[in-house]
Amino acid sequence: MAEYKRPDNEQEFKENFKQKKPLMNDTQAHYESSRCLFCYDAPCMDACPTGIDVPLFIKQIQTGNTDGAAKTIYDSNWMGNACGTICPTGVLCEGACVYNHQDVAPLLIGRLQNYATMSVIESGKQLYYPGEDTGKKVAIIGAGPAGISCACELRTLGYTVDIYEAKSQPSGLTVHGVAPYKISNEEVMAEMDYLQNQLGYNIIYNHPISTKEELTKLETGYSAIFIGVGLGITAPLNMTGENLKGVHGAVEFIEELRMKHSEMKIAQRVVVIGGGNTAMDAASGSARLGAEEVTLAYRRGKESMGAYDFEYDLAVSAGVKGLFNASPLEIVGGESVEGVRFVKTELVNGKLTNIDGSEFTVPCDMVIKATGQAKQGSLLSLIDKLTLDEKTRIVVNADTNQTTNPMYFAGGDAINGGAEVVNGAYDGKLAANGIHQWITQN
Amino acid sequence: MEFTNGSLKTKDMNKKDKIDLSVNFAGIKAPNPFWLASAPPTNSGYQIMKAFDAGWGGAVWKTLGMPTINVSSRYGSTNYRDTRIAGFSNIELISDRPLEDNLREMAEVKKHFPDHAVIASLMVDTRKEWEDIIKQVEDAGADGIELNFGCPHGMCERGMGSAVGQEPEVLKTIVEWVMEASNIPVITKLSPNISHIVDPGLAAVQGKTDAISLINTVKSIVGIDLDSYAPYPVVDGKGTNGGYCGPAVKPIALHMLKDLMQHPEIKNTPMSGIGGIETWRDVVEFILLGATSVQVCTAVMHYGFGIVRELESGLINFMEDKGYTTIYDFAGKALPNVTDWKHLNLKSEVKAKINEDKCIGCDLCYIACDDGAHQAIALPTDGSRIPTIIEKNCVGCNLCSLVCPVEDCITMEKFDDGTEHETWHELTESDRIPNTWNDDRAGGKGHYVPEPAEALKHKRKDKAGIK
Ligand SMILES: Cc1cc2nc3c(=O)[nH]c(=O)nc-3n(C[C@H](O)[C@H](O)[C@H](O)COP(=O)(O)OP(=O)(O)OC[C@H]3O[C@@H](n4cnc5c(N)ncnc54)[C@H](O)[C@@H]3O)c2cc1C
Ligand SMILES: Cc1cc2nc3c(=O)[nH]c(=O)nc-3n(C[C@H](O)[C@H](O)[C@H](O)COP(=O)(O)O)c2cc1C
Ligand code: SF4
Ligand code: SF4
Ligand code: SF4
Repeated sequence: MAEYKRPDNEQEFKENFKQKKPLMNDTQAHYESSRCLFCYDAPCMDACPTGIDVPLFIKQIQTGNTDGAAKTIYDSNWMGNACGTICPTGVLCEGACVYNHQDVAPLLIGRLQNYATMSVIESGKQLYYPGEDTGKKVAIIGAGPAGISCACELRTLGYTVDIYEAKSQPSGLTVHGVAPYKISNEEVMAEMDYLQNQLGYNIIYNHPISTKEELTKLETGYSAIFIGVGLGITAPLNMTGENLKGVHGAVEFIEELRMKHSEMKIAQRVVVIGGGNTAMDAASGSARLGAEEVTLAYRRGKESMGAYDFEYDLAVSAGVKGLFNASPLEIVGGESVEGVRFVKTELVNGKLTNIDGSEFTVPCDMVIKATGQAKQGSLLSLIDKLTLDEKTRIVVNADTNQTTNPMYFAGGDAINGGAEVVNGAYDGKLAANGIHQWITQN
Repeated sequence: MEFTNGSLKTKDMNKKDKIDLSVNFAGIKAPNPFWLASAPPTNSGYQIMKAFDAGWGGAVWKTLGMPTINVSSRYGSTNYRDTRIAGFSNIELISDRPLEDNLREMAEVKKHFPDHAVIASLMVDTRKEWEDIIKQVEDAGADGIELNFGCPHGMCERGMGSAVGQEPEVLKTIVEWVMEASNIPVITKLSPNISHIVDPGLAAVQGKTDAISLINTVKSIVGIDLDSYAPYPVVDGKGTNGGYCGPAVKPIALHMLKDLMQHPEIKNTPMSGIGGIETWRDVVEFILLGATSVQVCTAVMHYGFGIVRELESGLINFMEDKGYTTIYDFAGKALPNVTDWKHLNLKSEVKAKINEDKCIGCDLCYIACDDGAHQAIALPTDGSRIPTIIEKNCVGCNLCSLVCPVEDCITMEKFDDGTEHETWHELTESDRIPNTWNDDRAGGKGHYVPEPAEALKHKRKDKAGIK
């Protein structure tokens, strides 16, 4: 039997996708914050990609200055609330907390962060105001974490900002990609509204930028352009049977799941191919949607998976079965998928090798390919003098996030090839300061 | 412009501009009211420059005077519930560094930070010594002088420090000498080791001091070592009384500040509040009782200069919320509300209320009230652990709300309609106070108390059945 019953309504969906890091209550926040040592040159702060002054905001919570705590967080990270619940804190701030050295549980930094930011989001307290108008305009392509952060920062610096977004909602993969048990759609949107209300940037929805003409228009209408387009759809496997009915890309699957909730259809038997965090999310998601059997198949051994251990553990606890050292050969079926044929693998002199004659088929009704997202190469190729590296990542100056075409800046997954929301938040902010510097000097 | 990971703080130019934290304290100007108290954190120019760079607005240099020799093992603390330093005790003397070095560094600090307040704390003996040292710190560029009449250990055995602070007449004479010799503002720092703080306070004002700071440390013994049978800190098998400070002494300091600020002859003297300040809230409380600068020692010794970030952010947030633009807008605002007991309204009535949804059933409120207060909380009989308030017995003492471990679970609700007002003072004036042993007008008359023998009916559960 499956671990989870198929959710038939929003209530049941919420049960199955219960928040992993629920909002703390006042007593929890009070006790937890009282544990923080206020370390000097704190390692937790160093481990945060946006360098949030963690000891300060925790002390502010402890002294009842929750608004001040929220401000400390947003001063460094415009996605402060989302990051608090969805950052892989165990490998970031919390992993660095000094308590770990004494086998004492580290501070629950992410949840404390979320406690402070949620409090201002709920009260609507204005912490920021647009800067004095510079009379200059900046265009942003993509309203993901990188684009939104860039917009916020540019507004405080006094720029008019227009964001062109292909979809109908802001926040990019935060609402379309991140697993639903990490953050709810409402919570993501509440932070988006909170920021936009106080800083007033424009978002032009359902407006993908895809042609040379559109780019030229942006180039003439704006002083600078920020590219925050992230990555594309799931990359093709180039394998027989890939186009059968019932074969899905993981990113598209999760996006549908986040948008449809209990309306989402799931098959009885699901095979997820991949070993990264997205594969874990897709597998967990399938299980929580009530699939009877979810198999997570990965080419190499368990220890080589790119996913964080806690993500794998989470998938296993949802009822997912791991299948390791199994490389997919083809997806079989007539019109619809009926199974995946694998071959067993082993490491020979450090090289992954198929074991001849070990082929076997796992029967299933649905296949989710979590084998990485394609790059946004076609759009990027339309921009003059834009250098991409061998992995199709945009090359930028590390101090300013300026690309090789000086009027373009970039950040987020489009330059790092796929990381976390917190990295996109940092990049957007860095780029905004780079843009400001560049415009001021020209 | 170069960014490294983590240095990208958003500059918020719009809001803070409206708030002006700068102070002019008896003529001593500083960018903010956060000053370091004369103590180890102000022992050297290096430390003071580091502190100014971190955001502190002023510093009172570690007390200068005749050279001293210090012992090894100097501090002890009250580690209440693992806070490590709830109270802090020291047996250190005034600066043991050569005066020359201190003065040279003082001049250098002033060169780098001309707008920050550098105040020289002094403690010497004879009139000649006072005149000499004042001249020297003035030449070094000090913005003011603080007279240390507070140190309660060592120096007082030599007739200085608290030995002066405890003798108002002597204190006044020395303040007069100093006022005559000094061309810069003078702050007199008081010792709390005295029954009536007004006595030395008044002496300082009569000696024409420009300002007062308080408190210095409180005479204390923080604990006894259970192996050597000597008080902490132990020096070669022996100890001595220390000076107590840190969060534990804040209530004493607040009270003394209030006494001075309500005295008609003292209240116009600028006050620098000291004693247990660690958070923005402490700062605001001192200001509400009339302080217009605050000084910090222990919190910095625990956490470093970085805590000023929390002080500043919290103070600004408070001022924004309340609509203040300078600290003078609210300095002393609590003073009219601190009155004598006899003027409190006897008709005002609050009673405890338990929020059942929040209660976690520890029953601490029950036992606190039953054993330690007024038997006004009942245990449930329905098998739950959620107690109830017996309203007719609740005298509104607050105890249960103080022991309850859940935020906002027990609240004290107003019961009177606010129309009646009667004080002990009014009762006395109109000759209506209870004045016989069993007077019907006494407050506790008619208050329910169980019969003594009821006490023996309470038995703690004993699972094993063994008595
Ligand atoms: C399944 C999954 C789970 C994840 N889980 C986590 C997690 O738990 N925690 C975490 O921190 N990170 C997680 N991430 C990673 C994180 O979501 C990304 O690193 C982050 O969102 C990148 O931000 P971005 O702004 O660079 O790009 P995106 O979030 O991808 O945003 C790009 C935006 O640009 C828009 N866009 C694209 N092309 C165009 C165009 N041509 N014109 C106009 N608009 C365009 C897109 O619609 C989108 O809104 C996850 C990612 C995935 C795929
Ligand atoms: C180790 C130590 C040394 C001190 N030395 C002095 C001193 O030299 N002169 C002085 O006026 N006060 C001295 N003090 C007292 C402090 O300036 C301050 O008045 C007191 O510590 C209360 O403030 P706090 O609670 O913030 O520590 C000293 C305090 C400590 C802990
Ligand atoms: S942003 Fe993420 S990594 Fe940084 S402190 Fe917050 S939860 Fe930790
Ligand atoms: S490392 Fe841990 S204890 Fe130290 S400041 Fe950070 S959260 Fe607090
Ligand atoms: S002290 Fe608070 S939590 Fe404990 S029983 Fe009483 S009301 Fe409940």
